[in-house]
Amino acid sequence: MKEGPVAERVIKVFADFKSVDPSEIDVKSTFEGLGFDSLDGLNIIFELEEEFDISVPDETAQQMGSVAEVIDAIEELLAGKDS
Amino acid sequence: MKRVVITGIGVVSAIGNSAGDFWTSLSTGRSGIGPITKVDTAEMRFKNAAEVRGFDALAYFDDRQLISLDTFSQFGIAAAREAIKDSGIEFDDELRDRTGIVTGSCLGGKETEDAFFYDLYANKKNRVPPIAIPRSMSNAVASHVSIEHGLTGATFTTSTACSSSNHAIGQAFWLIRQGTLDAAIAGGSEAPLTYGNLKAWEAMRVVAPDTCRPFSKDRSGMVLGEGGAMFVLEEMEAARKRGARIYAEIVGFGMSADAHHLTMPLAEGAAKAMRAALADGDVDADEIGYINAHGTATQANDVMESNAIRMVFGERADEIPVSSTKSMHGHTLGAAGAIEAAATVLALHNKLLPPTANFTELDPECRVNVIANDAQAASPKAAMSNSFAFGGLNAVLVFRSLPE
Repeated sequence: MKEGPVAERVIKVFADFKSVDPSEIDVKSTFEGLGFDSLDGLNIIFELEEEFDISVPDETAQQMGSVAEVIDAIEELLAGKDS
Repeated sequence: MKRVVITGIGVVSAIGNSAGDFWTSLSTGRSGIGPITKVDTAEMRFKNAAEVRGFDALAYFDDRQLISLDTFSQFGIAAAREAIKDSGIEFDDELRDRTGIVTGSCLGGKETEDAFFYDLYANKKNRVPPIAIPRSMSNAVASHVSIEHGLTGATFTTSTACSSSNHAIGQAFWLIRQGTLDAAIAGGSEAPLTYGNLKAWEAMRVVAPDTCRPFSKDRSGMVLGEGGAMFVLEEMEAARKRGARIYAEIVGFGMSADAHHLTMPLAEGAAKAMRAALADGDVDADEIGYINAHGTATQANDVMESNAIRMVFGERADEIPVSSTKSMHGHTLGAAGAIEAAATVLALHNKLLPPTANFTELDPECRVNVIANDAQAASPKAAMSNSFAFGGLNAVLVFRSLPE
């Protein structure tokens, strides 16, 4: 299971974007399952960049297809940012 | 119905600031993509664009004129002057009355807005120069060309993102065909390389980090460009009567809307515009011997466009040579249709098909006959030039060779 503060903040971003309660966002959800099209995908990544003050490279963005993948990628980017 | 021919061409682009230089680059497959010099790219994920180089504004305009001219206007006016000179057309009062101008621009004077608004927002200035509005309006080129040459016929500007210029040229063509005008200056220009606009494109995640490789398996997106192209269109009998050199006939124009999605293109919509252009010109699909593709080199466009070409041309999609010259002059947005129409018309005139530069290996999902890296000698009867815009608005032009 994805847990911890990063996962919580990511889920909050998804929940705000969908205008639903965070409890309704399953980390296993894919973008497609959440009803996202390509433009929604771009917008959610922008919201995440704002939330975490990071820049997501295009290659990383292309690999983000689910909430879990987003959490992993953000954690990796944050680790890189601190080092 | 009247027939309409192209008698003059003017181009300002990353691969040449005249139609002649532009054609030399196209025919030798020379790309104008390189490091961006207009803005600081330190904080940007992409660093390359197809910038116009060596364009000396003072060779075209004096200081006083330049106060009122955004870069996109400079490109458009310079291209119009070249096209008019190239055509040898001479305007008397009667012809001025019957000549109009139709220009395409997606963005208008973005460099002007960017600079003046930066002063307001960042430098906390309290006023903007009064020239800001007339300099940044999207119809500035049409207005300046009309004033400079005293042309008073139907004149306006179309703005349909990356299809803007094809819509403009198509409208000018129809106005002459239906008898509203006898001649027109038509085309488009764009100067989109401002920091804000580049940042906005970066957010779309469709810009290649290196170069533009349309239809290649390893393509990584589009590369933005700037420039402009303009044409003199004339009613055919009048052009023949004055002994004008005719580059090609413009025979068909087709439009459609995908009614689908803001940024995801739909092959059915593109195919509909291509079919409409063929039907409009009463052109048999078998006559088309070259397609200048929209070919942005994004993942979505090139697969969609290949599918659309197959929908329209069937098995002949295996044979019809296709190139995307964006690989050389970049994606010039609202000027794209005009610059690519220049490539298409010059290809018919010179009997040489410009290549897709930077091409590596065909994407198996793009089942079209790509002219890879080297120009091909050919004498097609007719050629097609595609433009497909964000927002799903499509515009396609068809040109035909005329016997000398």
